[in-house]
Amino acid sequence: MAPVQTMDAVRWGWYLPRDGALHGPALDAHLMLNLWIALGLLVLAHIVLLVGLMVRRRRAQMPVVVLECLPLLVLTVLFAWLAGRSEHLWAAQRYVGAAPAAMQVEVTGEQFAWYFRYPGVDAAFGRTKLQLVSAAEGNPLGIDPGDAKGKDDVVTSQLVLPAGREVDLTLRALDVIHGFSAPEMRLKQNAVPGQTSHIHFTPTVPGEYAILCTQVCGMGHYRMQATLRVLPAAEFDAWLKGLEAAKLANEVQR
Amino acid sequence: MFATGHRAVGFGYLAISVIAVTVGTLLSLVMRLHLTWPDWPLPLHGPVLPEEYLAVVTMHGTLMLFFVVTVAPTAGFGNLILPAQIGTRRMAFPLLNTLGMWTMALALVVLLAAFAVPGGAPIGGWTAYPPLSESVLAGPGQGLGMDLWLASIALFCVAGTMGAVVTLTTIVKRRCEGMTWERLPLTVWAWFTAALLSVPAFSVLLAALVLLFCDRHLQSGFFVPSQEWMNGVMIEHHGDGSPLLWLHLFWFFGHPEVYIAVLPGMGLVSMVIANFARRRVFAYRLMIATTLLIGLLGILVWGHHMFVAGLNPFAGTVFSVSSLAIALPSAAKVLSWLATAWGSRGVRGRMATPMLFALGFVSFFIAGGLTGPILAQPILDEYLHNTFFVIAHFHLVMSMAAILGLFCAIYYWYPLLFGRKLSESLGRWHFWLTLLGAYATFLPMYITGLGGEPRHYAQLSGIAGPGARLLALTMPLQRHITFSAIVLMSAQVLFFWNVQMTARRPRLAEENPWQATTLEWAPGAMDGDDDDETHPRRHAYRNPCVYGEDGEGFLPQWSEDASLHRFPIPLKTEAE
Repeated sequence: MAPVQTMDAVRWGWYLPRDGALHGPALDAHLMLNLWIALGLLVLAHIVLLVGLMVRRRRAQMPVVVLECLPLLVLTVLFAWLAGRSEHLWAAQRYVGAAPAAMQVEVTGEQFAWYFRYPGVDAAFGRTKLQLVSAAEGNPLGIDPGDAKGKDDVVTSQLVLPAGREVDLTLRALDVIHGFSAPEMRLKQNAVPGQTSHIHFTPTVPGEYAILCTQVCGMGHYRMQATLRVLPAAEFDAWLKGLEAAKLANEVQR
Repeated sequence: MFATGHRAVGFGYLAISVIAVTVGTLLSLVMRLHLTWPDWPLPLHGPVLPEEYLAVVTMHGTLMLFFVVTVAPTAGFGNLILPAQIGTRRMAFPLLNTLGMWTMALALVVLLAAFAVPGGAPIGGWTAYPPLSESVLAGPGQGLGMDLWLASIALFCVAGTMGAVVTLTTIVKRRCEGMTWERLPLTVWAWFTAALLSVPAFSVLLAALVLLFCDRHLQSGFFVPSQEWMNGVMIEHHGDGSPLLWLHLFWFFGHPEVYIAVLPGMGLVSMVIANFARRRVFAYRLMIATTLLIGLLGILVWGHHMFVAGLNPFAGTVFSVSSLAIALPSAAKVLSWLATAWGSRGVRGRMATPMLFALGFVSFFIAGGLTGPILAQPILDEYLHNTFFVIAHFHLVMSMAAILGLFCAIYYWYPLLFGRKLSESLGRWHFWLTLLGAYATFLPMYITGLGGEPRHYAQLSGIAGPGARLLALTMPLQRHITFSAIVLMSAQVLFFWNVQMTARRPRLAEENPWQATTLEWAPGAMDGDDDDETHPRRHAYRNPCVYGEDGEGFLPQWSEDASLHRFPIPLKTEAE
């Protein structure tokens, strides 16, 4: 796995990790455009600075319009253009929610682990209560047994997703703010206790990816990592069916 | 000891900053060594635990941001130089001013005490997001250590507001005859704008700190939901709050704060470049306008710290536009610096150290500032937020620039304050090693950030899983960064050595060794602490930075006579 990532890092340029999400390539292209422009301006400004220190002094200085207003006008147009492009991408990702057909998965952050909940065959999450939260009793999210919708909910410690299908993540945090981040999916959104937030994306390339916590959450922050496994659609269906069947068998036994 | 003279107060503030910067720098060394070699035992301590690493990060950020780059440029040099620069002999409200300095000193003591209490220093970073900062149960350091942090920053806010009120009043009420607003040096405009920002910023932060204290100890619910769950324990709060409120209040302070830190450097650098280029600051009035505009926009951009923190995405777009807008006055300043410095090399022979540090400031400001517009775009921030890309950005544009601004101030005003000039050759070594060391340290952080390295990670290697594999790719660069940081820190020894050596040298004979035009260099301008009647009243007769056409000769603000002053010493053979 590791050598593949090294190669990907080289292929993508600017040391960006590989990109496995549908919205990713457009984001990467815009990011790299920005980086090249910033690098260009950095070099240009330093050339002007250094050349200016080498040339002989001239009596007359050029007028303010030429040295300030014109470059500022150019920069205004440049930044407005970049802003237009980037707001377009931002709007596409954030202004509207996921499509109704998107797959639902709930992500919950807790010091220092991520839990992922699938709604099961009824496609609805059961109610949770903080009072019932107990990882030791096998209920790390506090799913209320009194709610029928929760009977078929499946909780995992790995986020497994099918390639090519849009997924709507519901983000929650039990204790403190956690930062849900999947760098290779170009995805980041904080999970805030007391409220839920949503983020939607479509993984495209099967593989194993990183999930990190990117908001300092306590002493174990650095090891609050999980795995995102993107599977081909058929494999994913089999995986989910297996989990649901196991869950059902467990319920019947009780 | 409790002298109320503005000079004693100024040196007091600088002493606070020297202590803070020394501790803060050593903490960053611990951070770098631990990140690169996680098993390395800290001498006299043993291995650095993850919570200790986070405590070190938190204290490094708090010390540097609050007690170094805020205190030294505004309160430190503000007290030392501002009165003379506007032609008065003292700051307004001397007692309040002194009280501010001692409150600040107390704030530093309270902060440093957090290391010594059970549980140690807080671990939530300098931004102290609740509920992590709200609950004792959230981790070690979040008990008494966090309370001390809150008390310290509250004291800082009080002291900072006192200082800002004194500065504002001094500039508005105590300018000498003839010192119109337009004749004010750009340093004064910068101190003025920074003080204008300080009053609302520190007041809002103080209010937020009080509310957080109530959440911690009175079970109120400003920043936490009514049902809080922490480490298996349910805590009921009176009221259903949101951590996002803290983010709003904190960054309403936090973003102006970085302009408070960097504006004085901008002002000084403008004046120093002009003085060594022997010409007026290019587009002087525009510089005044951009200083005020940066200040104004600075209080309208706080949401760009919250693009992916739960902010409404439409609000994200609005904050994105206001944040991008700040690039324009900043760019206008850079253009003016470039235009002012153009053709300045031959004017006075070898380039003097204050000029070098001023140009270094410009370089860092460009190298860090250009990534600002990248981070101001929400879709890009989605990838870059809380990565080392951000660390690189603000360490260059704000921290390193502010530090170079401070060194520029020290090298430039040293003759004024101590009657001696720091060694130019040692100063040049100090400058180049600092510049190259800082670039070698912080530019690679852009790269590790682009590779995905998050902030606040106590360890990057030795963890299982795809995340760790991603982070392990940055390890070669981590080693490079650590070695560069050691070079950067070691270079600062040259500065202290320079100060030592200079103390043994004879005093300067000349009063105005840089042939500067602003009032603080007028004969006797720095003498006398109060409104001493034996000293003649100062008068400003013209704008600052008036030089001869070819840069030969200059006309200081205090000179009644409108004929050019000639340089008292031959230019090309400057005494080393």
